[in-house]
Amino acid sequence: MSEAPRDTEDRNRAYWRANLMLMLMLLAVWFSVSFLAGIVFVDWLDQYRLFGYKLGFWFSQQGAIYFFVALIFIYAWRMNAIDRRFGVEEEE
Amino acid sequence: MSAQVMTYLFVGASFALYIGIAIWSRSASTNEFYVAGGGVNPVANGAATAADWMSAASFLSMAGIIAFEGADGARYLMGWTGGYVLLALMLAPYLRKFAKFTVPDFVGDRYYSQTARLVAVICVIFISFTYVAGQMRGVGIVFSRFLEVDINAGVIIGMGIVFFYAVLGGMKGITYTQVAQYCVLIFAYLVPAIYVSIILTGNPLPMLGLGSTMYDSSGVYLLDRLDGLTTELGMAAFTAGNKSTIDMFFITAALMAGTAGLPHVIVRFFTVPRVRDARISAGYALVFIALLYTTAPAVAAFARINIINNVDGLVYADAPGWFAKWEDSGLIAWRDKNNDGVIQYRGGAALTPAKPSFSGERGEAGERLVTNQASASDNELYIDRDIIVLAHPEIAQLPNWVIALVAAGGLAAALSTAAGLLLVISTAVSHDLMKKTFRPHITEKQELLYARIAAAVAIGIAGLFGIYPPGFVAEVVAFAFGLAAASFFPVIMLGIFFKRMNKEAAIAGMITGLTFTFGYIVYFKFIAPADNNAAHWWFGISPEGVGTLGMLLNFAVSIVVCRLTPPPPAEIQDLVDNIRVPGKQ
Repeated sequence: MSEAPRDTEDRNRAYWRANLMLMLMLLAVWFSVSFLAGIVFVDWLDQYRLFGYKLGFWFSQQGAIYFFVALIFIYAWRMNAIDRRFGVEEEE
Repeated sequence: MSAQVMTYLFVGASFALYIGIAIWSRSASTNEFYVAGGGVNPVANGAATAADWMSAASFLSMAGIIAFEGADGARYLMGWTGGYVLLALMLAPYLRKFAKFTVPDFVGDRYYSQTARLVAVICVIFISFTYVAGQMRGVGIVFSRFLEVDINAGVIIGMGIVFFYAVLGGMKGITYTQVAQYCVLIFAYLVPAIYVSIILTGNPLPMLGLGSTMYDSSGVYLLDRLDGLTTELGMAAFTAGNKSTIDMFFITAALMAGTAGLPHVIVRFFTVPRVRDARISAGYALVFIALLYTTAPAVAAFARINIINNVDGLVYADAPGWFAKWEDSGLIAWRDKNNDGVIQYRGGAALTPAKPSFSGERGEAGERLVTNQASASDNELYIDRDIIVLAHPEIAQLPNWVIALVAAGGLAAALSTAAGLLLVISTAVSHDLMKKTFRPHITEKQELLYARIAAAVAIGIAGLFGIYPPGFVAEVVAFAFGLAAASFFPVIMLGIFFKRMNKEAAIAGMITGLTFTFGYIVYFKFIAPADNNAAHWWFGISPEGVGTLGMLLNFAVSIVVCRLTPPPPAEIQDLVDNIRVPGKQ
């Protein structure tokens, strides 16, 4: 691969940057719904209600998990699109 | 039909199914034995990962812990699911592109070092055995309580079943039995939860029932009712937490990083055909896991309400059958402190020490007498947390077939996890130790034979742990997650995201993370258990959460050592470039 033409190297570098951007964005959400909403600010959020749930309690015992599932599917969907945009997808 | 006959029927039918699948999916090559030929459908892999991951602890213990701890139980709910986000975004796709068989394979190749590979092998074996001991014990408990078989006989039957499909089928056999086991265990978990949710709230979905009003025209929300009941009886309110914020933070982080670093979970992502399958497969796995994990807090709250309503104020002589049965297994104990023959269920531990030891004699009301001192609190009842999931269907007076179903589900959860762990141990021995270290010239046939022998030996050892449980099983579970968080997660992540990362840094980081975490846990659990409290912990972090601190230390040491030592060879840098891109270059 060290022999690879410069444009392949540039393409791979741009692809990796797009990947990291997506990953960091999604991890920011991951951190916010679990560590922030579910732990650090849980008592403050508990003053609000979501049906029978106190909001902080809901995040820590239900909501965070729903967000986690959504994050992985969004990641898989966006990454497949990024793969195609940079032409690095796997053969069928 | 009695619950016991039903249980025999359900458990027998599920075992027959597992054996049938094992015969159909025998492995013929090391590729099939280690990674099921790399051709598993991503949805099937998701279900298998979920069964692999959800152990006796998730199925039997977690709802019980939440039932008694309330809000603090969130560390398990978030910790054991949030790790999949890390796994999906940071590890699984790259390890799939790397396309080898084991975690030590990656560590050894990426860090071009046999020392690193050996450290990894030792960690894999230690973590997996710690974990598998608990599974075999879970199998024994289910057998002894529901089938009235001796615990040891239960363990041996369980070993026999796992032996059959793990040794014959390897990863291929395990994968497809795990898919079946997932179906059995999720059905067994959801059916009683739905039943009780309808009875208590009128809402068939337990996740929504938990946030609904009581089905008794009072219009009170279920959680408010539960908070009211618990505080009335002098217990902590269900939705209020007791643990400090920093401890919750560190424990949750350790469980997440530990989950992402556990070898038996990682290795599942070597079994799918493509990188994109690894990404989506982690998503399916988490959907399957979330189904149980979002139901667990509902089961916990329902069970707590049912226990308080059914047990507090009950005249012992009128106690239902389940009470006496669990008392006979020693998992419930009642000490009639005020000699009124009525069970008072209040806040605080009933006994000192908290776990009952029975004198063998019966009291006036017919209860089993304990030799423990009475505690200062008015509470007269000891309930072991591990029985909540198993006992709840009986407490809620559900039909016999539901009770039988739960027993089959508990066994499916324990057996599927045990098989996954045993496979990882056998692979570490046959592939990483024999083929890659001591006997590089063995043929594939010989390697496969070593794998089967290692699996058989590992099952034997795991069975011994089940029959003669070391008293410290509960203590050492903190090890498995702490060590995985402090060793594998950082070393694999840096290996992918930090091209400059070299072998000196990896070895120094792993050893620092491991010794620190290991030392901290051993100190507080074994050397000075009396000091195991927030006043003595560093920064208020309990041994359960110290893996996070170990991980941070690992990162720090790795980065410093890396700056002071030469970069990795060019071909390793090319390897990193290669795993970062899904397609062929």
